[in-house]
Amino acid sequence: MFIEFLQSLPSPIAQGMIWGIMAIGVYITYRVLDVADLTVDGSLATGGAVLVVLTVNGINIYIAMLAAFIAGCVAGLITGILHTKFGIPAILAGILTQLALYSVNLLIMDGRANTPISGRKYNLIVSSNINTITKTIIVIAIIIVIVIALLYYFFGTELGHSIRATGANLAMARANGINTDSRKILGLIISNGIVAMSGGLLAQFSGNADINMGRGAIVIGLAAVIIGEVLLSKIFKNFALKLLACVVGGVIYYIVIAIVLKLGLNANNLKMFSAAVVAIFLGLPYWKNKYAGKFKKTAKSNGGVPNA
Amino acid sequence: MLEIIDIYKTFNPGTINEKRALNGVNLTLADGDFVTVIGGNGAGKSTLLNMITGAYSVDSGSIIIDGINITNMPEHKRAKYFGRVFQDPMTGTAATMEIVENLALAARRGKRRTLKFGVTSKEKEKYKEMLKVLDLGLEDRLTSKVGLLSGGQRQAVTLLMATLQNPKLLLLDEHTAALDPKTSAKVLEISDRIIKNENLTAMMVTHNMNDAITYGNRLIMMNEGRIILDISGEEKKQLTVETLLHKFEEVSGSEFANDKALLSN
Repeated sequence: MFIEFLQSLPSPIAQGMIWGIMAIGVYITYRVLDVADLTVDGSLATGGAVLVVLTVNGINIYIAMLAAFIAGCVAGLITGILHTKFGIPAILAGILTQLALYSVNLLIMDGRANTPISGRKYNLIVSSNINTITKTIIVIAIIIVIVIALLYYFFGTELGHSIRATGANLAMARANGINTDSRKILGLIISNGIVAMSGGLLAQFSGNADINMGRGAIVIGLAAVIIGEVLLSKIFKNFALKLLACVVGGVIYYIVIAIVLKLGLNANNLKMFSAAVVAIFLGLPYWKNKYAGKFKKTAKSNGGVPNA
Repeated sequence: MLEIIDIYKTFNPGTINEKRALNGVNLTLADGDFVTVIGGNGAGKSTLLNMITGAYSVDSGSIIIDGINITNMPEHKRAKYFGRVFQDPMTGTAATMEIVENLALAARRGKRRTLKFGVTSKEKEKYKEMLKVLDLGLEDRLTSKVGLLSGGQRQAVTLLMATLQNPKLLLLDEHTAALDPKTSAKVLEISDRIIKNENLTAMMVTHNMNDAITYGNRLIMMNEGRIILDISGEEKKQLTVETLLHKFEEVSGSEFANDKALLSN
């Protein structure tokens, strides 16, 4: 049974890597911009829908991937405008876009909730076919390297710095002449573009675009981000490595899912399991702080020197 | 260079929390003026600074800097005219970014931010020299995250950021109030040195009457949203805390309502 499990591992690894790309998008909003963006539940499916519909209609797969990315960017733009120009709190702005995207995604897929795409008929770049899984993993790895390299460069530029400053300290950003509204919008655009692109990969991997493929995506993305941080934050200090940690988190998440399914967890209970995992991992740093805070207080009352 | 004409501001108008913060403030600063601003709690000192920087909008009146009317200009656009240091050491810097990255951000205030690298190696050298002058040992910690610094160190870095580009006006909003006395004195001394060396025009809000008297060439006192005293030149040099308190009582008809200021004499 163990051997059998090992043999089945490449599939969750590939799937985890695709979700890892998605998690990189979540990292940009959740960590860099300090915004919890729920648009991703919709934009992931938008990416899948755009890619499948374009590919089925004979468009080159790479152009279809680019189109998926751009569609995600537009979704991010809308959330950004709702947040900054309509003054709607970020979470609610994301929920509004996500809800609207449900209809948009159905429109893209011509009213069908599920649009299949066959790896035999179309020249897809990734697939869950066990015979080509090595190639799939290599392709996803290359995409990950490109995405991380581009983001690493971008967040080291003047413009990238201004987005990081906006996420770190709004008052400071404004005092230094940064238009914080436009930087928030830009961050949401980039994030959702990446998420939609991973949706395009996911649709190819699973052989279809489904209207529900993004349901709970934010939770899986957060799970990947947080698992990566909890396990690797001590050794991964550099920004590029922090992004890589998201991918590692995604892979670990999917291996764990494969294990619990193997152990007999009903697939219907998977979402509940995911939510519980994320809740616990979100709670960990909080509990740690609380405990450490108490410890510090005692240290102080015992004559410890407070941090100057 | 700065003209403030008849500024009014009321917070929460029409509610039980209505607060008249500024009640017709008029102020003209000349180039090179270093004005200290004192007044009791709620006198309108910080509100005045926040009006100038655009953090709050004005109800009526206008603000003109070097002939440019900035009354309705968004905060991030008028930021190029000002250097700012805040009361809370956390406010002026981005904790999750490196010291050099913070300085580089400030160096690009008012300029278009492009896809060029955010910090050049030439800049790093320059910042290293500037940090060395502070004498806080920060020159060896260029790539440390600002969040690791103490409050005083953060205020010193913010001060550098605020003055990197020779702002038209430097605004110091009780920037030493949150620091311990020794660090506070050091940051004040650095502020004064930079203002003198760069010949900056500056406004410094302070709770400390001695500091208000010691520093700058001009002193204004605010009460209930108005400027009630404006002392400069020889007269300011002769000031003592006692005469200042006496003058306050004379003009306002009440006692100076600020324990903190009295205690810190």
